[in-house]
Amino acid sequence: MQSVISISGVSKTYASGFKALEDINLEIRRGEIFALLGPNGAGKTTLISIICGIVNRTAGTVLVDGHDIGRDYRTTRSLIGLVPQELTADMWETVFNACAYSRGLFGKSANPGYIEKVLRDLSLWDKRDAKSRQLSGGMKRRLLIAKALAHEPRILFLDEPTAGVDVELRHDLWEMVRRLRDDGVTIILTTHYIEEAEQMADRIGIINGGKIILVEDKAELMRKLGRKQLVLELRETLSELPSQLDRYKLERSEDGKRLTYIYDTKAERPGIASLLRDLDAAGIGFRDLDTEQSSLEDIFVGLLREKQ
Amino acid sequence: MNQYALWAIYKTEMARTFRTLLQSIVSPVISTSLYFVVFGAAIGSRIQEVNGIAYGAFIVPGLIMLSLLTQSVANASFGIYFPKFTGTIFELLSAPVSYLEIVIAYVGAAATKSIVLGLIILITASLFVPLHIEHPFWMVAFLVLTALTFSLFGFIIGIWANGFEQLQVVPLLIITPLTFLGGSFYSIDMLPPAWRTISLFNPVVYLVSGFRWSFFGHADVGVGISLAATLGFLVVCLAIVGWIFRTGYRLKN
Ligand SMILES: Nc1ncnc2c1ncn2[C@@H]1O[C@H](COP(=O)(O)OP(=O)(O)O)[C@@H](O)[C@H]1O
Ligand SMILES: [Mg+2]
Repeated sequence: MQSVISISGVSKTYASGFKALEDINLEIRRGEIFALLGPNGAGKTTLISIICGIVNRTAGTVLVDGHDIGRDYRTTRSLIGLVPQELTADMWETVFNACAYSRGLFGKSANPGYIEKVLRDLSLWDKRDAKSRQLSGGMKRRLLIAKALAHEPRILFLDEPTAGVDVELRHDLWEMVRRLRDDGVTIILTTHYIEEAEQMADRIGIINGGKIILVEDKAELMRKLGRKQLVLELRETLSELPSQLDRYKLERSEDGKRLTYIYDTKAERPGIASLLRDLDAAGIGFRDLDTEQSSLEDIFVGLLREKQ
Repeated sequence: MNQYALWAIYKTEMARTFRTLLQSIVSPVISTSLYFVVFGAAIGSRIQEVNGIAYGAFIVPGLIMLSLLTQSVANASFGIYFPKFTGTIFELLSAPVSYLEIVIAYVGAAATKSIVLGLIILITASLFVPLHIEHPFWMVAFLVLTALTFSLFGFIIGIWANGFEQLQVVPLLIITPLTFLGGSFYSIDMLPPAWRTISLFNPVVYLVSGFRWSFFGHADVGVGISLAATLGFLVVCLAIVGWIFRTGYRLKN
């Protein structure tokens, strides 16, 4: 399948001399939901800004739907809608006019019916004559989304869409994202909320310090890097761990009734089978056992620690 | 050409003016009237004529130029600075519009406003003094050319400015003094020779002189030179704008 966005060798050094991106290579697949995950300052916004034409790249090429973002900027930019991280809107413009402006700016003829539909989908229709400065933070976010969708983009960037957003909007937002995906729109979202990427994305890219650390199918990522946790409910209270179990780095609960073992499925650390054998040999019996997949959060934290 | 974008920007910029309609029209009318009271009545009673033109009429072209320059710079610099300040400029930069289209829309809107303003002042002035325009075509040509050139100049300032102070500083420290010293209210022939020579380095002298010529058929400096100087400044501004967008100066780096 042809990539809808193809980024190769992209670097960015800001005028201040700060190197925000280093040799980024990334392919975004048509129609997928891609989550770009990374801590603050990782370079997520910078990368998006380069693709959208807001920031000049220092090196590298970006193709959008096969077109170069420099030479063919009219084509590439018409395909893209961007919801920025910051809540910025012309304070004096009404909601409806702001959307009509965005549509015109992106070279589409006026279509009040379409804008009405977008505003209704985002529960903004009642506010169509309100000025942006009269809107609450959540409503402003909705307005920015409506503006980004006003020109019917085929690719949508959502830069930290749920930062400081209430539960209701978050829910509406994910509804909308799914609907757009069903229409074949490619969605790239950035976040540092791991649950978000875990819930929404088909694929996840992890970025830190201006470098892409890893790109993986979400499920694959969980499988490959997911560490598991084995919890053993002991039959008898254990006051001290026998030294022959040292290599497992077991965790004993306060009351001595539970042992926790963290292992990874890549099986670089000793497996469960040998642990159970050794426990048996040490005469420690258990009533029950439970395993749990580690969350993306754990994976993420682990990965970043590994790279440092 | 993305004509939808051109129109969207132009319309939005013009709408900004209509929101402050009172301020945009009433204030120039009032200040023009004040100038007439102060310069026309008070000074005009001592200086009867300049180059055979009644002093009240003589200052009209200079007055219009004064407003045209300051308003063009102010409108255009604010028009592009404000989205930069609020952050809404991201949308403009991410839109499929060429640099030329951005410049045409913003500068066109700012110039439209100052041309309308110039005409309002002209009408107000005609209530005070009988006016006869010798070369109407050239009058309009100088009006439009000056409005465009200084709107372009304002656009550059708006992109360059990193704060409201910088936005104010150029009009305050450069445009206003140059206009006042540019023969708006006097003929540079009235100056001592040394000052006259210095005045010739002031670009506003050429604008005012050319504009005044279109009214009365008399100029301080040759009309051809006036026209060439204005066009020259326009070309310089265009080159700077071209450079700004090619390099992304203060916009994309
Ligand atoms: N205009 C700029 N000039 C200099 N440095 C910048 C600029 N914009 C962002 N940076 C720096 O680049 C790094 C990446 O920023 P950004 O892309 O916004 O990160 P993220 O969106 O992942 O939080 C940060 O360290 C930030 O301080
Ligand atoms: Mg960011």
